[in-house]
Amino acid sequence: MRLLNLFKIAFKAIVLNKMRTLLTMLGIIIGVASVIAMLAIGEGSKESIRTNISSMGSNIITIRPASASSSGVRASADEMQTLTLKDYEAVKDQATFLSYATPLVTGKGQVINGSNNWPSSIYGVNPDYLKIKVVDLQSGSMFTDAEVKTASKVALIGQTVVDNVFPDGQDPIGQMIRFNNIPFKVIGVLEVKGENTFGQDQDDVVIAPYTTVQKRILAIDYINQIMASAVSEDDAPNAVTEVSEIMRIQHQISNPNKDDFSVQSMEELISTFSSTSEMLTVLLVAVASISLLIGGIGIMNIMYVSVKERTKEIGLRMAVGGKGSDILMQFLIEAILISVSGGALGVLLGLTSTVFIEKFLNWPTSVAMYSIVISFAVCAVTGIFFGWYPARKASALDPITALRYE
Amino acid sequence: MSKEIIKIEDITRDFTMGAERVRALRGISFTINEGEFVTIMGSSGSGKSTLLNILGCLDQPTSGLYEIDGIKVKNLSRNELATIRNEKIGFIFQSYNLLARTSALENVELPLIYNSKISTEERRERAIKALKMVGLEDRMDHTPSQLSGGQQQRVAIARSLVNNPVMILADEATGNLDTRTAYEIMSIFQDLNEQGITIAFVTHEEDIATFSSRTIVLKDGNIIQDYKNENVQSAEEELAKLPKENH
Ligand SMILES: Nc1ncnc2c1ncn2[C@@H]1O[C@H](COP(=O)(O)OP(=O)(O)OP(=O)(O)O)[C@@H](O)[C@H]1O
Ligand SMILES: [Mg+2]
Repeated sequence: MRLLNLFKIAFKAIVLNKMRTLLTMLGIIIGVASVIAMLAIGEGSKESIRTNISSMGSNIITIRPASASSSGVRASADEMQTLTLKDYEAVKDQATFLSYATPLVTGKGQVINGSNNWPSSIYGVNPDYLKIKVVDLQSGSMFTDAEVKTASKVALIGQTVVDNVFPDGQDPIGQMIRFNNIPFKVIGVLEVKGENTFGQDQDDVVIAPYTTVQKRILAIDYINQIMASAVSEDDAPNAVTEVSEIMRIQHQISNPNKDDFSVQSMEELISTFSSTSEMLTVLLVAVASISLLIGGIGIMNIMYVSVKERTKEIGLRMAVGGKGSDILMQFLIEAILISVSGGALGVLLGLTSTVFIEKFLNWPTSVAMYSIVISFAVCAVTGIFFGWYPARKASALDPITALRYE
Repeated sequence: MSKEIIKIEDITRDFTMGAERVRALRGISFTINEGEFVTIMGSSGSGKSTLLNILGCLDQPTSGLYEIDGIKVKNLSRNELATIRNEKIGFIFQSYNLLARTSALENVELPLIYNSKISTEERRERAIKALKMVGLEDRMDHTPSQLSGGQQQRVAIARSLVNNPVMILADEATGNLDTRTAYEIMSIFQDLNEQGITIAFVTHEEDIATFSSRTIVLKDGNIIQDYKNENVQSAEEELAKLPKENH
């Protein structure tokens, strides 16, 4: 009852000063809206990184050569020749947490079909590669283990390569292309995957048996990478440990600090990137919070003015029997009303701008429910916090002094 | 015979302004019994408002004793004082002190908002009744800026009546009014007084004092006269005697 009356008084004061209230709210509105939008952008990019990386195969494990951290000059991983087919076979035979594995050799070169040519990369792998990367074929079929054994000159190509070397819309299956002057018969086209998180075009690729790439194109007998997939995403950490141990035995390394290889799971990659974007989110939210703080100070400022301006009114209310606590509550409710309705408008603005950001800037966004709840709670607290002091001051006034105030 | 509603003993009130000290009241004592109608007179600056503020529990004396209805005011907390102001006292200020941009009705309702025993409906009913008593039933929705000085004064009077106080303290309630309106208001006060409400009324004007049963005269913070009025005039009769031309 009493509270309802005080609420009515506070509400009336706000309505009587519409413009001023709105301007006061503006700080809070902008603050809340930017917190929500920033969090949405942060969450969105985190989520898109996660789905993007997951789409590349979330249980992928890669084994690369690496220079032991204690050794002097670091060679680039591609130039290192420490990874061999023997390693691959050991890993494949001994690891229990892996379902598939393939050696990987890569090279760059020119794809040529008649007068059309296109610079691309070639990946030498075994047939398991498609299962590891979770890639399907649009048409044609994968090469077989037999074709790997015989180092057949067959290849699968991605859509970007198709578009550039078969511009006439010709069916590439069965056609001959040349990669660095070595003829390959196209036996399949990979499904379209688009760009990955790192902006790499995943369709700009030629896939061929690793034996063929090793012998005909690169003329090497080592391999660049071993790519494998863990039995499940949960088993990825176990697989990493297991593979590392196998590799250490293979390379006769007793001290893990002297590893000449690195084993990495996609999970680790995801968390690396997530933490980067998390930092970004924290930064964005910090900036947004500052504007919320400024909004709060705006409320405090206007409540101060309001208390000063209405000192006579306060005196009168006290003279007719208003208690200090009534006055305190009245001004506190007023501050909370301003901040909470500002918060509500801010949430609305935040959601709308998130939609706009998604639509027109094409940034991935994801509005987290918690961001709405938190900014709303922060608003209420801001109202109480910044309204308290002026309200407290008003309630401590002496009735007669307040009445005489000019 | 009847009980003492106000009892003050040797009240002083000093105002310190920097190094200077103003002694607004210099030791005042009197008692007012229930049902008395007292006018407090004196020249400007003699301490009338200061005294009334203390009687109204708006201000505290520098020294001395004040009992209202048997309660020692000095021992009361801020909240208890607020409750006394809310339930026992109707105060009319020298300047009307109405809430701007607020209707007459809401202004009159104001004291009852702070009394949680009174429902919204009762509050409204009592405010309407009080406005009727001062003849403003057709001005209830007007805000102070839409009312004349006399009408504002009457809204302030209605506000002091609305909580059914045991005592009304009026500081120059007729100060800004023409004779006719002043007499009308005095007749309202006389009616209220007949109903048993104690009234302390500050005024400058001798003729207004003739409507009361007792007069206290202040000078420089001291009481110089305190006398019973044997021949109380009826404001209603005086009103009838006034020439009717201005109506
Ligand atoms: N808050 C205050 N601070 C300082 N001096 C004050 C204060 N209130 C009153 N006084 C002084 O106390 C004296 C009495 O003032 P008071 O208002 O009681 O006079 P009054 O009799 O009501 O006069 P008037 O008829 O003009 O209203 C005056 O000299 C005034 O200057
Ligand atoms: Mg005065």
